[in-house]
Amino acid sequence: MLLLTCPWCGPRDETEYHYGGQAHVPYPEDPAALSDEEWAQYLFYRDNPEGPYAERWSHSLGCRRWFNVVRDTATYEVLAVYTGASPDSQVPGTPTPGHPGGPR
Amino acid sequence: MTAQTRRLPDGGRIDRGRELTFTVDNVEYAGHPGDTVASALLANGRMEVGSSIYLGRPRGIVAAGAEEPNALLQVGGECSEPMVPATVRALVDGLGARTLSGLGHLDPASDPEQYDKRFVHTDVLVIGAGPAGLAAATAAATGGARVILLDEQAELGGSLLASGEERVDGRPALEWVADVTARLEAFHAVTLLARTTAFGSYDDNYVLAVERRTDHLDEPLTHLSRQRLWHIRAGQVVIATGAHERPLVFAGNDRPGVMLADAVRTYLNRYAVSVGDRVVVATTNDSAYHLVGDLLAAGVDVPVVLDARPVLSERAAETAVSHGVPVRPRAVVVATHGDPRVSAVEISEIDDGGQLVGGRDTVDCDTLAVSGGWSPVVHLHSQRQGKLTWNAGIAGFVPDGVVRNQLVVGSAAGEFDLDATLAAATDAGFEAAGRQGYPADVAASRGVGGWCGPVRPVWLVPGLDGEPGEWREHFVDQQRDQTVADVWRATGTGMRNVEHVKRYTSIGTGQDQGRTSGVVATGVIAAALAGSGAAPDIGEIGVASYRAPYTPVPFATIAGRERGDLFDPTRTTPVHGWHVDHGAEFEVVGQWLRPWYYPQQGESMDDAVRRECRAARTGVAMMDVTTLGKIEVRGRDAGEFLNRIYTNAFKKLAVGSARYGVMCRPDGMMFDDGVNLRLSEDRYFLTTSTGGAAGVLDWLEEWSQTEWPDLDVVFTSVTEQWTTVAVVGPRSREVVSRVAPDLDVSGEAFPFMAFRETTLASGLPARVCRISFSGELAFEINASGWYGRALWEDVYAAGHDLGITPYGTETMHVLRAEKGYPIAGQDTDGTVTPQDLGMGWVVSKTKDFVGKRSYSRADTARGDRKHLVGVLPVDGSTRLPEGTQLVAPGSPSAPTDGPVPMLGHVTSSYQSEALGRPFGLALVKSGRERFGEVLLAPIGDRLVEVEVTSPVLYDPEGTKRDG
Ligand SMILES: [Zn+2]
Repeated sequence: MLLLTCPWCGPRDETEYHYGGQAHVPYPEDPAALSDEEWAQYLFYRDNPEGPYAERWSHSLGCRRWFNVVRDTATYEVLAVYTGASPDSQVPGTPTPGHPGGPR
Repeated sequence: MTAQTRRLPDGGRIDRGRELTFTVDNVEYAGHPGDTVASALLANGRMEVGSSIYLGRPRGIVAAGAEEPNALLQVGGECSEPMVPATVRALVDGLGARTLSGLGHLDPASDPEQYDKRFVHTDVLVIGAGPAGLAAATAAATGGARVILLDEQAELGGSLLASGEERVDGRPALEWVADVTARLEAFHAVTLLARTTAFGSYDDNYVLAVERRTDHLDEPLTHLSRQRLWHIRAGQVVIATGAHERPLVFAGNDRPGVMLADAVRTYLNRYAVSVGDRVVVATTNDSAYHLVGDLLAAGVDVPVVLDARPVLSERAAETAVSHGVPVRPRAVVVATHGDPRVSAVEISEIDDGGQLVGGRDTVDCDTLAVSGGWSPVVHLHSQRQGKLTWNAGIAGFVPDGVVRNQLVVGSAAGEFDLDATLAAATDAGFEAAGRQGYPADVAASRGVGGWCGPVRPVWLVPGLDGEPGEWREHFVDQQRDQTVADVWRATGTGMRNVEHVKRYTSIGTGQDQGRTSGVVATGVIAAALAGSGAAPDIGEIGVASYRAPYTPVPFATIAGRERGDLFDPTRTTPVHGWHVDHGAEFEVVGQWLRPWYYPQQGESMDDAVRRECRAARTGVAMMDVTTLGKIEVRGRDAGEFLNRIYTNAFKKLAVGSARYGVMCRPDGMMFDDGVNLRLSEDRYFLTTSTGGAAGVLDWLEEWSQTEWPDLDVVFTSVTEQWTTVAVVGPRSREVVSRVAPDLDVSGEAFPFMAFRETTLASGLPARVCRISFSGELAFEINASGWYGRALWEDVYAAGHDLGITPYGTETMHVLRAEKGYPIAGQDTDGTVTPQDLGMGWVVSKTKDFVGKRSYSRADTARGDRKHLVGVLPVDGSTRLPEGTQLVAPGSPSAPTDGPVPMLGHVTSSYQSEALGRPFGLALVKSGRERFGEVLLAPIGDRLVEVEVTSPVLYDPEGTKRDG
């Protein structure tokens, strides 16, 4: 049972969340401009690395917001939680993971 | 009743002030509070338990804890419990049980006991309350951290409960246990849980533990749950689960009276039971010398100690001298005799290569205490993918590295010396608490005891004759009756992997999950492979994966209170009571209970559905459609958003109008549908299928948040806020005009696919829609759910003189199927496009939407996809079971012909009152080109002819829609 930290609500059990697959796979800007193969790549193909993996989660039984997680698929360690385009792109003023005041 | 002839006159952690009586196999025995069933049986002189599962060999009690392979009980009660080890079940007055031969009986009676759960957070969870766990918990608690310390035993102390001469801080070890327990109890942030087994360890330190709360009570306390499942989220976990002693593998090692040395010691010291009068001790390490001293002190004869090691250790030599006991190096047991309990053992020397040398002696005894070394209990570490490594010093698998935020201490980590354990565990407690922000530092206690010394692993004592493949009395797994011969058979087939051997032989798959046999099996596999080329060493072979649960957990405990009515929430509409009062039968749809049909006196289901259908097609009928999902969509960009989600356009839908919409996944497959209203410029009201409501809301949220956050739109589920009553049939207009007198319900003023806001005659504000899911003139009246039942009753009263007929989901299905209206999830399955359903008209050619690109993919554009069609059984009488496959006439169907080519399957099937015959909907390959074709439907051993037709079988011209 993973312990995931919702950027808005804090740490919550995995069962409160819904998994959304690989992150940063945007809906193509102009699907009509894609070849069948490119469209099939978008529809059906996702990475499956052993190690750090950026993936989407939704706090579906909580605040219902989507966010991104970098999780190691071998150790299940959560390496980053973020809402922007990358872990480093956290916009100032937006929620940041974790509770203030330490690990309690 | 038998007497406690084996009970020592004093000592032990039992309450001699009370005598308990109990029966096993209908024989009455006596014991004391503090006993397990096994210790009490042994006190009464009963060693033998159920015979073995396959071979029917006599078996005895081997162990004193959860690792016991033989002493399994079916414990009686209102709902009897199978496969309970006698070595862990606390003795209570009046207990009745029978011994099992490896298989229990699942009592079909309902379990009357309560089970519950607790969900807790803690800074530090310490698993195991032996010396290591007690020291770690104390250290962690001193800094103020929240600590949970749990242990499977009835009291804290772990291995020290069986201690004799061990000392801590200069005092008998059990005095230290009492002091430390009192100290821990004084910390308000510390929770102590005895009789609690941590059986599963999951990601991010989520640990499940089962607490046995009432089995040890003579009088059940009705306010207590029998067992409690603890869900523990811990910042840090300290694993202090100890080690299990291993048996030795030699001919006749399963004879009753052959016991683990530490079990003999536990019965002696903890339960004051001397299991025999003359005990031979056979060991490979120093730990058994604790037993030798204790036996002699208790007046038990120890004729000889057999030590497999070539040179006596310091401990062995000292025991020989100080107690005057003959200790024989290089000595092993090669055979046992007895009827059935052991009465003598044969002894031989074993050389460094593991071969028997020299002559044999026979020694009389009534008990053989064996120690084949110790296996650290690394199960919880392994469950978290913690690695193991072979430690030759202790001849056991120990944790290799740590799992994040976990620490392993004591003999679980391969440290047997008491003093070193106390020091390391104290450090681990500080470390764990410090990581959580509670640093502390006090001196560790000092201990004396915990001998192990160098171990000579003896995996296999050769038989006196024959080859290993014939050694069928050398038991590796007693519970599964598996022997050295079985392992040889497995490796003989070419298996080298321990997981394969496990599954081939079933070693380690019993109730005890190989707690004593697992590592022994690895050793025997190593011996079996030793002769082959590139033989793996024991560390390379490893052990079969440890999986949760560590010990069996009843399903009733896992279910807790979530059983019966509380298993899953039931949703009912505000009209539910009326439906019940009027005799409705109900159907479960998602979590909703929906009226299925309303049988009147003497009516069958078919009768009722025919009557309800007739009313809807010829008069007026009504249905509670409150369960349809309802979502309000609001925002400046609501129209644009819906345009992108639905296959058809909603941006330009006029306020006051309704439109049917279909939504698809990006792959173009239909996902849900419904009729949507435009309430105002920036507000829409969507409806979804009953089962799809939550999924549709999630879908809208996902696209809004992750793809188009720039669009101003929000979503609100309003399913529960509205009660909706469908009024259906040629005379529905009359009923609605009576309920809503202010509304002009004429066809001109209130056209199909329009909606109106009005105030009903009752004063209730309502939204009335002209929507039809039956093909008939129909209205849907929406009003606040608070007044849902009043709305329903008003409509019912207004239609009374017209014979208004309530109908349920079955009639709704018949009516919609007659019109060829598909239901998402019944007639579709995630592989069906709107075009497949014959609804190309709902797919916009001009705007883009989710999934549009997929319709030009080769697979989606091909002409021979499965289409939704109608199917009519040619005999006019067979009702096709839903799911029935359809095949072409003349399809070869003999088994030798291989798979029969399937053309499709029946998705919906009903008896039509309007058509006077059964009919169905089906998905059929190139279905729209097959209208008029006859296919075959295999039903049982019949082949039923079915004609493929248009899916619209009733009123194809749509003449009924406007009444
Ligand atoms: Zn949240």
